[in-house]
Amino acid sequence: MTTTTATDLGAFLNRVRAGREFGANVYSTLDVLQVLYDRVLRITPATLDDPDRDRFLLSKGHAVAGYYALLAARGFLPAEWLDDQGGPASRLGDHPDRTLVPGVEIGSGSLGHGLGLGVGTALGLRSQGRTGPRVYVLLGDAELDEGSNHEAIAYAGATGLGNLTAILLDNRSATYGWPGGAASRFTVNGWSAATVDGRDHDALHAALTGHDGHRPHAVVAVVTDGE
Amino acid sequence: MSSTMRDAFVTSTEEVLADPRTTVVLADISAAAFEPAAARYPDRVINVGIREQLMIGVAGGLALTGQRPIVHSYAPFLVERAYEQIKLDLDHQDVGAVLVGIGGSYDRAAAGRTHLGPADVALLDTLDGWTVHVPGHPDEVRPLLRDAVCGQDSAYLRLSVQANTQAHPQAGDLHVVRDAGPGAPLLVAVGPVLDAAVEATADRPVTVAYTHRPRPFDTAGLRALAGTEVILVEPYLAGTSTRVVSETLADRPHRLLALGVGRGDLRRYGSAEDHERWHGLDAAGLRRSVDAFLT
Repeated sequence: MTTTTATDLGAFLNRVRAGREFGANVYSTLDVLQVLYDRVLRITPATLDDPDRDRFLLSKGHAVAGYYALLAARGFLPAEWLDDQGGPASRLGDHPDRTLVPGVEIGSGSLGHGLGLGVGTALGLRSQGRTGPRVYVLLGDAELDEGSNHEAIAYAGATGLGNLTAILLDNRSATYGWPGGAASRFTVNGWSAATVDGRDHDALHAALTGHDGHRPHAVVAVVTDGE
Repeated sequence: MSSTMRDAFVTSTEEVLADPRTTVVLADISAAAFEPAAARYPDRVINVGIREQLMIGVAGGLALTGQRPIVHSYAPFLVERAYEQIKLDLDHQDVGAVLVGIGGSYDRAAAGRTHLGPADVALLDTLDGWTVHVPGHPDEVRPLLRDAVCGQDSAYLRLSVQANTQAHPQAGDLHVVRDAGPGAPLLVAVGPVLDAAVEATADRPVTVAYTHRPRPFDTAGLRALAGTEVILVEPYLAGTSTRVVSETLADRPHRLLALGVGRGDLRRYGSAEDHERWHGLDAAGLRRSVDAFLT
């Protein structure tokens, strides 16, 4: 499997950055995106429309710089697109639009929409008898404030939606935090969950492939150093 | 009347579930009525519990996989509570669903403001490309639902316990119910207000046209039928279609009277008939408004 080295990704990211400063939210997401695209997701530029592809839904749509850089590094979109990100003729907004960017499964930006869309996607695949593909939704710990997530967590847990994985990028940005750990919000509803160091690629890989297939799975990737 | 619009919706939905793309999404409302269908199609009749944001989000996700969702609840919970999900999880994802609301404007009058939904069509009218069906009789529901489910785009079926005595199944485009001749004032009645409108103008020189599809509005039919005076009678928020009539007749001097449900919270209970009267949508109220407009 092709892997994306940090050096490769950095070059693409610098084209998006164009001299601007990125916040911690961009850097804290890079490792989990790399592990997903390098080692977990069964998606390539050639299988964008394959109904049996894995789905990756970026719910925290503001974490877009690393996402675009990674999609470019993996050949989903031309690297030249990165140079004018957010410009009047650009297809790459500050939040992604699925109709404009190859490889982007949902348009996001307003928080709390990805997990509900992910539940529906998982249900659609199940009703079509597609047992192969898996649905991964990336959220932030502050995004978890939105009540819509808790509607989705409760329902997916109660019905044992086994082809769904929620990845919670926990960079400790929720205003009131999640006492007892964010994972408990999932496990109390019947999900399996793993909490790992969001910088440790092997730990992330183990967690992201640690589902049992009979219930939804949550991966809490903790990144506290922020950069 | 032997059956209601909701009965017709449930029966028609059981038919279209034969297509493996069709998927029903509920939030407890009408779940009991769909139990036989759920037993037959357990993966395609989904009840998410009392979670309206999830209900629309699930519909968006299903549509992204190629399924055709039918989403159903009371109008205020379906359209108003989850408006951002409709805007983003359906429209912005470039996918469609069929939304089926019950309760109309004031079917559940005694339940009070929380269960009234007069603003649903106006709210969907802030979005682009929605088809809105407002059947006026239970027999109009089945063909409208089947057509909507066969399409790809988003559609809203607005069901009510209010109904006309006679069905007009092919009245998407304006259907002339009474012709008062060229140049006569034109009254357009949408859905279940037709009978009251016809009674109100029985001895008046007014052409009455009916439609159960206010969006897209039959603008060609409106231009063909309209003289100088146009009267809109809609069973939801008054003025919802004013914009459409004004744009359609922008090049012609005309006068418009737009009747419908008022904006205020009346803080009154009673029956649907009471609210119809309070909003001036019964035959006597309509006659008063039409006479004042035409004299």
